[in-house]
Formats: sequence, structure tokens, C-alpha cells
Amino acid sequence: MLTAIIFLPVFGIVAMLFVPAGKAELIKKTALGSSLLTFLVSVPLFFKFNSNTAEMQFVEKVAWIEPFGVSYHVGIDGISLFLVLLTTFLTFICTLASWNVTKRIKEYMIAMLILETGMIGVFVSLDLLLFYVFWEVMLIPMYLIIGIWGGPRRIYAAVKFFIYTMAGSVLMLVGILTLVYTQYKATGIVTFNLLEHFKGDIPVNIQWWLFVAFGLAFAVKVPMFPFHTWLPDAHVEAPTAGSVLLAGVLLKMGTYGFIRFCLPLCPYASYNAASVMCTLAVIGIIYGALMALVQTDIKKLVAYSSVSHLGFIVLGIFAFNVEGIKGGVIQMVNHGLSTGCLFLLVGMIYERRHTRTISDYGGLVHQVPVYAGFFLIAVFSSMALPGLNGFIGEFLILAGVFRSIPIFGAFAIIGVLLGAWYLLWTYQRMMLKDIKHPENRMLEDLNPRELAVLLPMVVFIVWIGVYSKPFLSRMDASVENLVTIIEQGLREEKPDEAPSSIRELLKEERKERP
Amino acid sequence: MMNQQVTLELIEPPEIDLAVLWHVLILTGTGLVIVVVDLFYPKKRLMAYIALVGVVAAGLASMAMAKFGDGSYAFYDTIVSDNFSLFFSVIFCLGTALTILISVNYAEREAINYSEYYVLLIFATVGMIVMASASDLITVFLGLELMSIALYVLAGINRASSKSAESSLKYFLLGAFATCFLLYGIAFVYGAVGSTNLNEVASAIREDRLNSSGMLYMGVGLITIGLGFKVASVPFHMWTPDVYEGAPTSVTAFMSVGPKAAGFAAFFRVYLIGFSELSEETVTLIWILAALSMTVGSLGALLQENIKRMLGYSSIAHVGYVLVALVAANEMASPAVLYYMLTYCFMNIGLFAVVIALSRKGEESPFIKGYAGLAVRHPVLAFVMSLFLFSLAGIPPLAGFMAKFYVFSAAISAGYVWLTVIAVVNSVIGVYVYLRITVLMYMTEPEGESPPLPLSPFTLTALVVAVMGTLYLGIFPSRILELARNSGLF
Repeated sequence: MLTAIIFLPVFGIVAMLFVPAGKAELIKKTALGSSLLTFLVSVPLFFKFNSNTAEMQFVEKVAWIEPFGVSYHVGIDGISLFLVLLTTFLTFICTLASWNVTKRIKEYMIAMLILETGMIGVFVSLDLLLFYVFWEVMLIPMYLIIGIWGGPRRIYAAVKFFIYTMAGSVLMLVGILTLVYTQYKATGIVTFNLLEHFKGDIPVNIQWWLFVAFGLAFAVKVPMFPFHTWLPDAHVEAPTAGSVLLAGVLLKMGTYGFIRFCLPLCPYASYNAASVMCTLAVIGIIYGALMALVQTDIKKLVAYSSVSHLGFIVLGIFAFNVEGIKGGVIQMVNHGLSTGCLFLLVGMIYERRHTRTISDYGGLVHQVPVYAGFFLIAVFSSMALPGLNGFIGEFLILAGVFRSIPIFGAFAIIGVLLGAWYLLWTYQRMMLKDIKHPENRMLEDLNPRELAVLLPMVVFIVWIGVYSKPFLSRMDASVENLVTIIEQGLREEKPDEAPSSIRELLKEERKERP
Repeated sequence: MMNQQVTLELIEPPEIDLAVLWHVLILTGTGLVIVVVDLFYPKKRLMAYIALVGVVAAGLASMAMAKFGDGSYAFYDTIVSDNFSLFFSVIFCLGTALTILISVNYAEREAINYSEYYVLLIFATVGMIVMASASDLITVFLGLELMSIALYVLAGINRASSKSAESSLKYFLLGAFATCFLLYGIAFVYGAVGSTNLNEVASAIREDRLNSSGMLYMGVGLITIGLGFKVASVPFHMWTPDVYEGAPTSVTAFMSVGPKAAGFAAFFRVYLIGFSELSEETVTLIWILAALSMTVGSLGALLQENIKRMLGYSSIAHVGYVLVALVAANEMASPAVLYYMLTYCFMNIGLFAVVIALSRKGEESPFIKGYAGLAVRHPVLAFVMSLFLFSLAGIPPLAGFMAKFYVFSAAISAGYVWLTVIAVVNSVIGVYVYLRITVLMYMTEPEGESPPLPLSPFTLTALVVAVMGTLYLGIFPSRILELARNSGLF
């Protein structure tokens, strides 16, 4: 079933190759059809998912490179389930949102579908090498999407994106090989099976190296504070669908990587690096928010808000308790929806007015009320208004952070306030007051296709905000299992060296849980 | 006493076991047939066909020998036909076959379609096979000379081009110099050990039967210089960009794969068999060569405007990656180089095939900016070219990634993490180098007119084979990895 989901987009591509490049409408319909089909096939994952177990589900395993113990090994748990669904959902939305692309439409749609295969593959891989392969595969289509269909500085942005991500990921390859051959020396078996590596305990000094090698790759992708400079460039230059997928899915690979690899593989190093990671996360939150405040370009503003929001997710993950991590996972989905929605809205108004400068707008609520309404929902969702999805995520993250490391929670609250400030201020400047520029009087409101793009997003934004139980209950077992793995790892790895406060903290947590 | 024994042995009728040389015999025969047929038959295309058939037959013979042979030594232990040498023979034959395919039209266009062109390609291949099968330093020298002399002539075969002549002369002078180093080194080793046979050298070092250890080290150093020159590792790489630029493009394609692989075959066998006991002393030397080659190669490639020079520097960087496997020197090292050179053969000759297909008569130094907007003009060629470029850059799931993965696995399992870090950092620089071309092809508008481009069936075949190889070795590497693993030196 997972294999079908991964490779359905590839079949779409094969089908598209037989369509002559001139028939744009047919190409778009084929792409839309295959992304819709992929989404529909992925929906049953949600309903068939057994939320009582932390085991990997829907597992498929076939030997791939036998001499190295590499296998095609896929499966999902309560953490990756939502990211797979987010990916298939957003890709479908993005193909629908790309209807107005005219330049080399066939190549564009092919790139989108390859990207989808790569993204799903990253989230379902349970084999280290397979993960790395998908991780790299999705670089090329994204690079092309930015570089061919992007804005004026697209080449610079595309190359910067590629080089930054590549630099991080090749170190991850060294990390993967080090992990595999360290375990080989201990056990005598060469295997790239991630689940096997969870069982083995890795020496503390190796854990540190692994944490740095993996962490760097993920930190670039998230992006965390000093590694974030590629993001504004890439976001601003990418076409709308590229921005949506970049913010919605690609950034999540970084945070997902922390949860899937860094924490369970090197619990000792992760726990001891938590203060550094949280500091960087908090810097990211506040720095991103402050940068967003001063932007004049709406797309850049949304890009910097991503830096800020992703800081929250990292903070939640490194709180090392169930609430924080659950909040982090649900916030990954939320950020994909709310920021995706904002990028889509920015793209729609840009197609009409061909400017992204905030001061060129103003008073849009009078001219395009439906558009302004959707914008308001996206803004509220992004600033975590109760009743919408963002609130659930941010609340859980803050609850987790205040329980383990309150000082960072205090700083994060500042980020929340700044977030409300720049988002509401932007809304005020663009939508409220009077129409200053006569060009804005010519704007047309959303057409049915654009409504079809936005409505599903809003449905999920409200659904998660109002009734999040179906989502949260599915990740319970997996997240609790992750926390247990970390606890065990901390106890096994030189229990005397672990500060006593950590152990007390962990004991407390276990008492509180029924 | 010693002398007496030697004389007695010489009197015995020499054992000649031609079964270990089937591939060499087929190739030599093909070369001679072409020379003779050329006297009676004026059409040069026939020579290409004969050469192609001969090379493919030799490749098949190598495979058959690997399957049914028993890895025997012959000619007084100077030649060995084990899986390692046979795997390399298959790579050489493949490289030569692809070169012939991309040469046919190019040679006709550039008026270098002498029958000697094909004869020299074949004799160079014979030299390479001898190098890979050599279990004696003298045989290494013999193969190397046979290969090099053919290459000196090939580099200068375009008589109408002064650049070609310059490149040939440069290659010849520096190459002759490097060969002297090699020979001098062999003499020193003989002086220290009393034998040039690699197994003898190894056992002499193991049992500490040395006349002088200083002489041995001197010999090892000089041999490293000689072989380092042939594979173009830094600091013996200076000739590469110039020769690559000046030689006819098809010859450059040939030089970048086969002779390089042959150099590595000799390098690995001499080091891993002959000098295996010295590994603690030599590892630093190779470590430095590897790190320098990777770094200078990828940084040098950044600055080039001419695609042939750029590929010259990029090949230097790839030499560095292969030498990483030699540093590792464990059971994964020699399979890794086999796999690497096989993938390199597909992707590099494939890339040159595209360069040739896009070049025009007399335009012997194609500039990188000429590829602007290729994706609009020739979408298929642009796609194929980016496939090879991404493979060279080591992006999965293409063959180049698997090759690098194998080499890095070897290095990390032997504990050389820092060298691997240097290697991956250089791959990132390499990525930038290769991305530059894809940026031009896909993200800029074409300049000037775009003439229709007839792809000859020969070039097309070469491209199809190269693309299939690049994809197959990247996505389904299992089978060939297993073969490579069974073909290791130990």
C-alpha cells in the first residue's frame, strides 16, 4: 500500500510522457488526476491505522542491495502518518493551484510529481540508505522548480538552496556510514535497518558525532537559526506551489529527522545538547518574528514567519516529554496548512497585481471580501487563535516546554506575542482601511478553482482546531514509545554521568502518565 | 649458486599458457586484421565495425574466462588472470567499445578517420589489460608503455590542429619522464628485494629479507610518482587539463576512462599485493595524494570556462575519491574501485558523447556557456546530459552515488572518517561545478540559432548504453556489487 502511494506519481509521469507538450489542459488534468489518486489512496492509511501500537504499520520489506544489508523497507507510525497525509494533500492542492503556469507546463508537472515521490519516500523509509536516497532525490525537482519557474533572482536562490541542503546531507551520509560500521564492529552484521539500530546502544562519543552529523543536515533543512539564510531567498523566488511545498513539507523533513533519527539513535547526546538546540530554537523564534516585522515584501514576511514557527516545533521536540513532542508533530501539520494557505493567498493576489509589496495594497476587504476572509482565517491559524489548529500545537508545545525547561518557554511566549503583532499588522495594512491605490479597485475576487484550492485547507484548519482527538490519539503510542526509548537510552548510557535532575524528571513523567 | 639455478631454468622449454590471454589475443588479432584489411579496402567505416566486433568479443571472452577460468598465473608468474584483472578487462573493453561508437561520425567529420585510429585504440586496450593482469613490476611497465605510446599518437592524431599536436607533445614529454620514474623505482625495488615479482616482493618484506630498506622506500616513492602521473593524481596532474583540451574529443573520452582505470588496476595491485606489508608507512602518502587530488580537482573545475578542461579537473577530483579506497586498503577497497571505474566508464563517456553530439566541425574547445538554453533546443540531450552530470556529482539514485557510497563505506569501515569528510565536502563543491551546466541548460535562454541535430545511430547506441548503465548501476546495484565483491584482490 505504501509502495503504491510512493510510486503512483511516477505512473502519472509515465502517462504524461505520452501527452504531447502542446496539450496543456490535458497535461494539467493528468497531473491533477494522479495527485488526487495518490491522495485518495493515502486516506485509508488514516482509517486503517491502529492507534494502540507503537510498532511500524503497513510495513513492506524487500532486499535491495544485499551485499550491504540495505533493503527497501517502508512503514509508518503515528508520527510519519500525518506527514505522509500532509504531503499527498498539499501536492494535490499545489497541482490545482498551479493551473495558471504557462511556461513549460509538462516539465513543471513532472517535477512536482517526482518531488511528491521523494517527499513521501523520506517519511516512510525505515532504511537509512533508502531514506538518504529519497532525501536527495527530492532536491533536484525542487531545485528545478525554483530555478526554472521562479522569480528574477531564481538561479541564485536555486543554487543556494541546493548547495546548502547538499552540504548538510553529505555529512549525514558520513554519519549513516559511521553508525552502520560502528554497529558492525559491535555485532558483526552490516545493516542499514533503522529499527535494528534503535535496539543497539551506541557509545556516547559516537553518539555525539552522530548527533552533529545528522543534526547539521536537519538543522539546515528546518532551518534553524544560523543556517536559515537560504530560506528567504528560496521562498521569495520560488513559484507559489514551490513555496507551499517548501514550507509545508520540505521544512518538516528537518524536524521529522530530529524525531526519527537524532532522538532515538543518540538519546544521551540529544539530551545533553538540548540546551544548545533550545537556545538556537528560541533565537530562531524571536529573530524570525522580528525579521518578519520589518519586511515590506509579503512573501518574505511569510518566509521569516516560517523560521519563527519552526523554532517552536524544534523547541517542542527538545522538551523531551510527550506533550512537547506531540505538540511538535501536530504543529508540523498545522504549519503546513496555515503557512501553505498564506503562500497560496499571496500567490493569488500576486497573479492579479504582480506586486508583493505590502504598501501597494490596503483596503482589500472592500474590493475582495472573500479573499480577505480567507486571509483572516490563515492569519488567525498562523498566530494560534483558540479554535483553530495552530492553538492546539502551540499550546501543547508550551505545556511541554514549561514542564521541562521553563526559561525557554518564557522566551517563546515573546515569540507568540511578536507573531500576533506582525500578522495582525500585516492584515491591517493589506486588507483594512481605505483603498489607496486605484489599481486595487480592478481586483476580482476568488474564482471557483481558487475556492476549491482554499476550502479544503480551511476545513482542516478548523477541524484540527475544534476536534483534534482523532489526530492526537493516533500519535499517542508512538510518541510515548519514543520517550521511553530516550529514557532507556539515558539510563543505559552511563547512568552516573546523567545529572540526577534528569532522572527525577523522567520519573515524574512516568508517574503522571496513567 | 644462484646463477646456476637461473641458467638451468632458462634451458627448460618455457611453459606458454595462452589460455590466460584469450582477450589479449583476440584484440591483437583484431588490430592486425584491420591493418591488413586497410591495404585493400578503402572505406574506413569497415575498420570501425571490425574494431567494434573485436572489442566486444574480447569483453565477452573476459567474462567467459572469469566464469570458467581458475585465476591462474602464467609466464613465470608475470601475468595473472584473476577476477580482479578480468573485471578490469571488461571495463576496458566497454570503454573502448563506447569510444568507437562515439568516434565513427566524429572521426569522419574531423578527418581523422585513419584506420590507425582504431588500431591504436585497440593496442592501447591491450596495454591496459596487460597492466591490469601484471603480477610483476616489469609487466606493469610493459603494459603501461604499450598503452602510453598508443595514447601519445592518438592525442596528436588530428594533424590539422596545432592544439592537438601541442597536447600530444606535452603528454609525450611528461609521460616519458614519468615512465622513467616508474622504471627507476622498479630498479630500486629490485635492488632492495632481489625480485620484481609482486608476491616475491611482498614475502621478502614480510620476512624482512631486505638488502636495504632505504632503497625499498625510494623505490616505492618513485613507483608512486610514475603511477600517480598515469592516473593524474595531484601533484602529478598538471598535464591533464591541457591534454584533455587539446586532444580530439573522442580521444579525451577514451583517455578519461580506460587508461585511468588501468593505472588504478596497477596502483591497487602493486600496493595491496606488493607493498601490503608497508601499508602503515605508505598510507599517509596516499592519504595526502587523495586529499590533494579531490580538493585541487574540484576547486580547479570551478574556474573553468571550457567544458573539456572542466571535465579534466573533475576527473582529477574523481581520482581522489578512488584513492580514498586505496587508503582504506581493506577487503572492500578493491571491489570499490572496480565498481567506481565501471560506473565512471558509463557516465563519463556518456557525457563526452553528448559533448561530441553538440559540437561542430573545427569547434575543438566547446565553451560551457554554449550550453545555454539547451533544454529548449534539444530537450532529450539536455535531460541525458543532466543525468550524467548528476551522476558524476553523486546524487542518488544514479550510479555515481552508489560508487561513492561504496568507496566511503570502505573508508569509514577502515576508520578514515576525516578523509571521508574531506571527500564529501569536495563532492559538494563538485555539485556546484556540475550544477553550473544544468543552470545554463535549464534556466537560461538559448543564444543564437539552433540548427537541427541529426543523431547518428552510433552515438545514439552509445548514449542508450551509457544511460542504461548509469540507471541500472544506481537503482539495482546488487548484482554487480556482488560480482565486484567476488573480484576483489583478497
